[in-house]
Amino acid sequence: MSMLEAAHENDVELEGACEGSLACSTCHVIVTDVNYYNKLEDPVDEENDMLDLAFGLTETSRLGCQVIASPELDGIRLALPAATRNFAVDGHVAKSH
Amino acid sequence: MARDLRLLPRAVGRLRSLLALGATRGFSAAAAAEPLHVCVVGSGPAGFYTADRLLKGHEGAQVDIIDRLPTPFGLVRSGVAPDHPETKIVVNQFSRVAANGRCSFFGNVTLGRDISLSELRETYHAVVLAYGAESDRSLGIPGEDLKGIHSAREFVWWYNGHPDMCNLSPDLKNTESAVVLGQGNVALDVARILLRCKSELATTDITEYALDALHDSRIRKVYLVGRRGPVQAACTAKELREILGLKNVRVCIKEADLVTSPADEEEMRNSRIQRRVYELLSKAASAPKDINCNDQKELHFVFFRRPIRFIPSENGSTVGAVELEKTTLKGDEVTGRQLAVGTGEFEDLKCGLVLKSIGYRSLPVQGLAFDKNRGVVPNLRGKVLSSESETATVETGLYVVGWLKRGPTGIVATNLHCAEETVASILEDDTKGVLRAPSDLKKHGRAGLVEILEQKNVRFVPFSGWEKIDSKEKTAGQLRNKPREKITTWDGLQRAANE
Repeated sequence: MSMLEAAHENDVELEGACEGSLACSTCHVIVTDVNYYNKLEDPVDEENDMLDLAFGLTETSRLGCQVIASPELDGIRLALPAATRNFAVDGHVAKSH
Repeated sequence: MARDLRLLPRAVGRLRSLLALGATRGFSAAAAAEPLHVCVVGSGPAGFYTADRLLKGHEGAQVDIIDRLPTPFGLVRSGVAPDHPETKIVVNQFSRVAANGRCSFFGNVTLGRDISLSELRETYHAVVLAYGAESDRSLGIPGEDLKGIHSAREFVWWYNGHPDMCNLSPDLKNTESAVVLGQGNVALDVARILLRCKSELATTDITEYALDALHDSRIRKVYLVGRRGPVQAACTAKELREILGLKNVRVCIKEADLVTSPADEEEMRNSRIQRRVYELLSKAASAPKDINCNDQKELHFVFFRRPIRFIPSENGSTVGAVELEKTTLKGDEVTGRQLAVGTGEFEDLKCGLVLKSIGYRSLPVQGLAFDKNRGVVPNLRGKVLSSESETATVETGLYVVGWLKRGPTGIVATNLHCAEETVASILEDDTKGVLRAPSDLKKHGRAGLVEILEQKNVRFVPFSGWEKIDSKEKTAGQLRNKPREKITTWDGLQRAANE
């Protein structure tokens, strides 16, 4: 099960406009602990192409539909991006990447 | 007036985080006792994401989406390329929004002709303009109205079966060379459709007449011409990778064009997208060329050239060549951007078809301020302003979203965040009581709209009408091993909707 599917099963509002087909970046998540980020398989070109377009991209960003649950990821925490390219929340300025 | 405007951003800032959270997390605004009647003009991604967020953010929201076409979904249906079906999956979500009991779709209703903006504002608490950009930036150079020159938008609408362009009949037989001006994703789309194997296109939802025309096409060389260099190319990695990998197409890029300046290096350091595009172009330029393919077509990336005029062919009425001026990049002190400046050296590029892909342009609407330079309706976080000047006031109950708000850039998903901002503005105004002044007459929403349309004898198409069109298209598609065979005339669409 991907993190996107898990989010939907648990009523977490994570958008998945292209339904997991690597044609959008709306399920963008940030892996809060770099150790967990490093456990994940590297993104394929197609995922990187979509991450290019994601808002609030960070060094540990992934697409939720590409992060598949496994026992070694137990305890992983994913944050949803707070800032967007179009506007900032309370004066926060998104880091350039 | 100016002071009111300065206070607004701060008030917006304070309420924005709460309401943005509320809008996306299903919190209903305090003034929810009575229905909030909203009309969204335009049923593309901007319109549907707006409707979706409104329904989720306000328990009493009743949303009507109108569109001048009988079919919904805007550019998802008429813009996304036929060989990009995964980008169209988003219509599943939009259909779920339309099926919501508090949402109704009204197709075949044109703002200005069938209902005026003031009638809408009298009928709804809030009107959201989401009608995008249905025109083009113009080059303004001599020869622009020669035959054989089209905007990319017209060409895309043609192969995608938009009823306004089904009779475009571009001539693909009179020439071997097509020039595409621009290097954004739309430019890549049209180049790719011209170059792709017909057998690959035959199983997409491309219109049959376009498939026939492409089958008979003599075009073997496509030139993608940009004013600036590979670092500044406006396309994105996914689309570029796809076109560079087309079967039987030899990619031609000059090594000399790939030389980068310190300013280029700086741009790439600051932009992941530009860095990855440059890397793809670099790799393609140095890749070994296979020379054996008979049927090989050519894709040329032409950099540092800007069009000066179109030269007629021997018959005098069709384009025969584009005169290009070599450019060099110069840093703009104010914006920091690198701009193309002419060098005084010219050359001609022979061609019989030109597709201008230099940007879409929104159309102004009667009674609405319009920023002609940016092609947008002046607004503050989606709230329409009375003018572009500093003393502009906010127009009560009038909002804008999507390309009409931001300009014609971005992808489908860009509208998601744009819609969230506009909806936050609407909900904030509703909470403050701005949308229901005691002096206002009661707003009748959907019932009011239907009354006006029936009085004017407008045969609107409900979502169920679109479902009839959809079903008919899918059935016809099955016969040809295509996901659908689009109905491409106004008449055909209206008949199918009313069966």
